[in-house]
Amino acid sequence: MNDMSSKKPHDAPSPAMKVDVSAVLGDKTKSGGETLSSCIDIENLNLFYSKDKQALIDINLTIPKQRVTAFIGPSGCGKSSLLRCFNRMNDLVDDCVIEGLVSLDGNDIYQKFVDVADLRRRVGMVFQKPNPFPKSIYENVAYGLRIQGINSKRVLDEAVEKSLKAAALWDEVKDRLNDSALGISGGQQQRLVIARTIAVEPEVLLLDEPASALDPISTLKIEELINELKTDYTIVIVTHNMQQAARVSDFTAFMYMGNMVEFDSTNSIFTNPRQKKTEDYITGRYG
Amino acid sequence: MNPQAEGTSTHISKQFNSELEDVKNQLLEMGGAVEQQLADALVAITSADSAIAAEVLVQEDVIDSMEIKIDEECNLILARRQPAASDLRLVLTIIKTVRDLERIGDESSKIARMAIKLAEEGHYPEGIVEFRNLGDRVTRMVNLTLDAFARYDAESALEIASDDLLVDNEYGSAMRSLITYMMGDPRSISRMLNLLWALRALERIGDHAQNISEHVIYLVKGMNVRHAPLANIADQVSGD
Repeated sequence: MNDMSSKKPHDAPSPAMKVDVSAVLGDKTKSGGETLSSCIDIENLNLFYSKDKQALIDINLTIPKQRVTAFIGPSGCGKSSLLRCFNRMNDLVDDCVIEGLVSLDGNDIYQKFVDVADLRRRVGMVFQKPNPFPKSIYENVAYGLRIQGINSKRVLDEAVEKSLKAAALWDEVKDRLNDSALGISGGQQQRLVIARTIAVEPEVLLLDEPASALDPISTLKIEELINELKTDYTIVIVTHNMQQAARVSDFTAFMYMGNMVEFDSTNSIFTNPRQKKTEDYITGRYG
Repeated sequence: MNPQAEGTSTHISKQFNSELEDVKNQLLEMGGAVEQQLADALVAITSADSAIAAEVLVQEDVIDSMEIKIDEECNLILARRQPAASDLRLVLTIIKTVRDLERIGDESSKIARMAIKLAEEGHYPEGIVEFRNLGDRVTRMVNLTLDAFARYDAESALEIASDDLLVDNEYGSAMRSLITYMMGDPRSISRMLNLLWALRALERIGDHAQNISEHVIYLVKGMNVRHAPLANIADQVSGD
């Protein structure tokens, strides 16, 4: 790690990494005529999996509300570790130490009194492999609501239909809501998992490689879905597929060996990145 | 620091490296052929040599086929590699530059056609000096702009962009001289009109060279400087 920090002043613009959202978003404000506010603020975040294994180094970042932010970077650079900080999934990892501040809508989510279950309702997560419960399609979507104590059939019916429609799956499954969720295709399962996540009306959707196990058509459907969902949700997506990041995201963060190397509008990152490391990675020169 | 200046030798995919290098070299080769066309067209007029002019017209087809080949290879690179950042800018720059080069070739052919007409009327000195001056300036622009592309040199590309103003001025004064000749000797009108067409072609070549230099600034700096006032461009290029 010493090696990295000695390199840092050269490659990463050290203090400026408190990402200048106002500058980045400023352009957008001008063109779109709308103001963006921040959803998740990360300040001086350090994450250690053990004493000598630091996975995230001094991350400063602001995730804008109701936009898609993509994290790209080589394997092991800390993308998923960072993503998992946003709903405290790292709490489940033994010996994991987190320093710094992560706040959602201005409130520190690592304070003791924070109800983690409620946090994870507000910040939903979808993983690489679809993980539907071995229940019916209907029950998968209704699950989160039932846990909240909602059992009214009318309310559940309505929520299931609304969520499945939002996840662009309704037309494909409306005639077999009581079939097992394990019987539908991988792409459908992934959209079902997204429907299950949005049924509990979260604010943020964390997508960890949501399309990497899917065929190209299902991938496009997921991307289309992301585009539709961003009007209602703040979406953070980790992806190895850079073209996917370029297609679906409004902002892109490039990470390398635990450092946030560059954060900018996706257009800038993919046409004219400021950092050489970013350039090397997205043009396939890294290695 | 411009990453591209260090060359494209470090792509993980060596195949991609060689594809980019290859198409870049083809563009420079086409640039060389176009420079030759322009030089020959100028000689054809200044020494009233219709044989050289005829050669220019033959070579036009070669340049056209180069354009098509480079375009196809750029298409393949876009489809196969989905280039990003500097690679993307390189491919886009090549696609655009190839078009301007082809137009420079076309304008050279126009000059060659005028040279054939002029040669039929014999060797007259009037207007040749003006033509040669403008021709030299435009030739220099084309040479420098191709150098700037080969070396990823945004600063000299910027100088070329400002050269185009001089070309426009010189075109204006050459035109006035030709009008003076026409007024002095009405029998020279048809000849002077032909020369005027050739001058017009030179002026257009200057515009295309300027376009290419703007593509080079885009390639190196990643900013689009077309249609911007020159002073602003200079600030941006030096400021980055």
